[in-house]
Amino acid sequence: MYQQKAVKITAIAGFVAGVFMAAPSYAADGPTMAAVKKRGEILCGVHQGRYGFAIADSQGKYKGLDVDFCRAVAAAVLGDSEKVKYIPMSSVQRFPALQSGEIDMLSRTTTVTLTRDASLGLNFGPPTFYTGTGFMVRKSTNATKVDDLDGATICVLPGSTTEKNIAALFKSKSITYKPVVIENQKAMVGAYFSERCDVMSMDQAGLPGHQMFDAKNPDDHLILDGVFSKEPLAIGVRQGDDQWYDIIKWVTYVTFNAEEYGITSANVDEMRNSKDPNIQLMVGKGTKTGEKLGLDSDWAYRVVKQVGNYKEIYERNFGEKSPLKLPRGVNKLWTDGGLLYGFPIK
Amino acid sequence: MTLADTRCVPQSRQDDCSSMAQQTEDRFKVSPGPGMASFSLPSLLYSSAVRGVLYQAALLLLVVACGYYLYENVTSNLESQGIATGFGFLDESAGFDIGESLIAYDSANTYARALAVGILNTLTVSACGIALATLLGGMIGIMRVSTNWFAAKFSSAFVEVVRNVPVVLHVIFWGAFLRNLPGPRQSFSLGDGVFLNNRGLIFAVPEYNPIYAWVGAALLVALCASIAYGRYAMRHREKTGRQLPTVLPVLAMLTGLPLLVWASGGFPLQWDTPVFRGFNFRGGSLLSPEFIGLLIGITVYTAGFIAEIVRAGIQSVPRGQIEAARSLGLRPGWIMRYVTIPQALRVIVPPTTSQYLSLTKNSSLGVLIGYPDLVNVGNTTLNQTGQAVEAIAIMMTVYLLISLTISLFMNIYNQAIALKER
Repeated sequence: MYQQKAVKITAIAGFVAGVFMAAPSYAADGPTMAAVKKRGEILCGVHQGRYGFAIADSQGKYKGLDVDFCRAVAAAVLGDSEKVKYIPMSSVQRFPALQSGEIDMLSRTTTVTLTRDASLGLNFGPPTFYTGTGFMVRKSTNATKVDDLDGATICVLPGSTTEKNIAALFKSKSITYKPVVIENQKAMVGAYFSERCDVMSMDQAGLPGHQMFDAKNPDDHLILDGVFSKEPLAIGVRQGDDQWYDIIKWVTYVTFNAEEYGITSANVDEMRNSKDPNIQLMVGKGTKTGEKLGLDSDWAYRVVKQVGNYKEIYERNFGEKSPLKLPRGVNKLWTDGGLLYGFPIK
Repeated sequence: MTLADTRCVPQSRQDDCSSMAQQTEDRFKVSPGPGMASFSLPSLLYSSAVRGVLYQAALLLLVVACGYYLYENVTSNLESQGIATGFGFLDESAGFDIGESLIAYDSANTYARALAVGILNTLTVSACGIALATLLGGMIGIMRVSTNWFAAKFSSAFVEVVRNVPVVLHVIFWGAFLRNLPGPRQSFSLGDGVFLNNRGLIFAVPEYNPIYAWVGAALLVALCASIAYGRYAMRHREKTGRQLPTVLPVLAMLTGLPLLVWASGGFPLQWDTPVFRGFNFRGGSLLSPEFIGLLIGITVYTAGFIAEIVRAGIQSVPRGQIEAARSLGLRPGWIMRYVTIPQALRVIVPPTTSQYLSLTKNSSLGVLIGYPDLVNVGNTTLNQTGQAVEAIAIMMTVYLLISLTISLFMNIYNQAIALKER
């Protein structure tokens, strides 16, 4: 808890000090890229602990979909997906930390909204996950839909889009609730399971993990059907560094396109010799696509080789190869009726 | 140097003479008034008063220049990073709800109102904390000097345990403790219409009746009358040496007048009793576990310090004072009231002021357990709007204002009880 407070204070103080002290202008030739190369690792802001997205395992190694995107960027930029330093952040810390340069990229279940895009001085890559506000209740309350939640106490993280979505949703249904807003993720989840709250609300994709791993008896809890908002989660970077923004964007597309063209971490070495120009331009030997981003020619090859395509990333963290076994839903390729659409890499 | 040294010959060494006279003036008056002696530049520079003003002016200029430089830097940096600036966001709709609020608040209200809710919550918990910490600390402090073995040992154990554990842990401990009470269905029933569960302390409150406003007014009138009577009694004693009865008449006034008004309305009393329905109790009044946890945490912690201050204050009164009072034949109650307490307060009040200040600032730890105080609402605002500099500036300013106000009132009180030198 102390450490957490310290991180938060450093984040905010760092930001404030940063804007006070930084020189009023800077050169536009990829400051983030230069800093990352000099440092030899990427500072990636991730969630404090959300199953499927980012959670430290028993060895303290971070795992999750958000984590895999940090690794993908490290593989493309530094040549090694392990050259990432994960910095766990609360919902309140994340934006000041990114703005102040404490982290290079924010891969932390962050919903893109107009306000965040336009007034925080940030840019967001293509969504890496689509979800919406979800609710988990104890079955003993007999609630099965949102309308049953009148008068409920709801645990929620501060400064999240969820906080606003609930307010809007309950208002539209003319029902009341009482928010309990706790910044520390563990404390917030703990408050729900100790029955301080009747309901826990967060991005729906985050709920099954808590149900499975944090509940004494997972069967006592129910995730309400339905998704109650649009939450496109994407990687955030600072505005004004177009090169870095482009890298984030195209590394994300590599994972989509690799799935579309059937390139996996297992077969990427053979696929390098494929005659398909789409594949050649992406992972082929000596392709010039990386150069245009300021990277070398093996950038996309390393992303697929070391981290995998989107399907592999999803299956590992949410799908059949994970304990969560969450169906992909809209997080499928456009060719399968989903929302993932990788722009052409050429 | 004596005054005689300043007598010098005007024609021959005018400059030295005036500067010498000036120096002598300085010794005796420190700040020479305008038009005194004849000024010259060196003498002005050597005057400690003038130099003091110059240093102050230079420092002020430096501070202002630094402030301006920082402000300019912040604005241009935020602009170049494309981050919104200014306080315009305060008028925007906040869009989030707040768990507990003293004023009507709804997610459609503005950020300004949301912050006001946070400020009021901070003030509530701080005011309750100050009152309770003073009571508890005072009690424990008196027990510390008690001759009763158990009282003395218990209170010193309390002080040592409480003030040697960080306040953060106090707050987290009580927050977690209350959160792990049984749920609403299994709540503890503490008497009629009072329930304690992990949703907080829920109790019945009288339903509003217009007569209550008049009862309140009657209480106010009785209070004023009591004060006036007390002053009259004191003057009477000073004039005649005879003590008028004060306790009974004051009590009679304070209870009788409001009761009379209440009776004139026929004793209307309708209880709003909490009833379990759906998820939770409806009706009645609620103190949330976050509020209670934070309040207990900061109160107990600060009470440990206040207890030591009170003990020091009582022990600072020389024994001779009390013995003298006794030999004058004063009653023990009067000795406490007129001899011990006034002298002890002089020692107690200044350090207690700083305890009040730290209690108020420690209330910001409510954010750890989810009490919607200024920092909690400020953090949400900061994150929803992304305007960290403004949000933090608002929080800092508010805490500064609250602290300065507490200091002001405590300083006034301190002056009122300070030793009156004649």
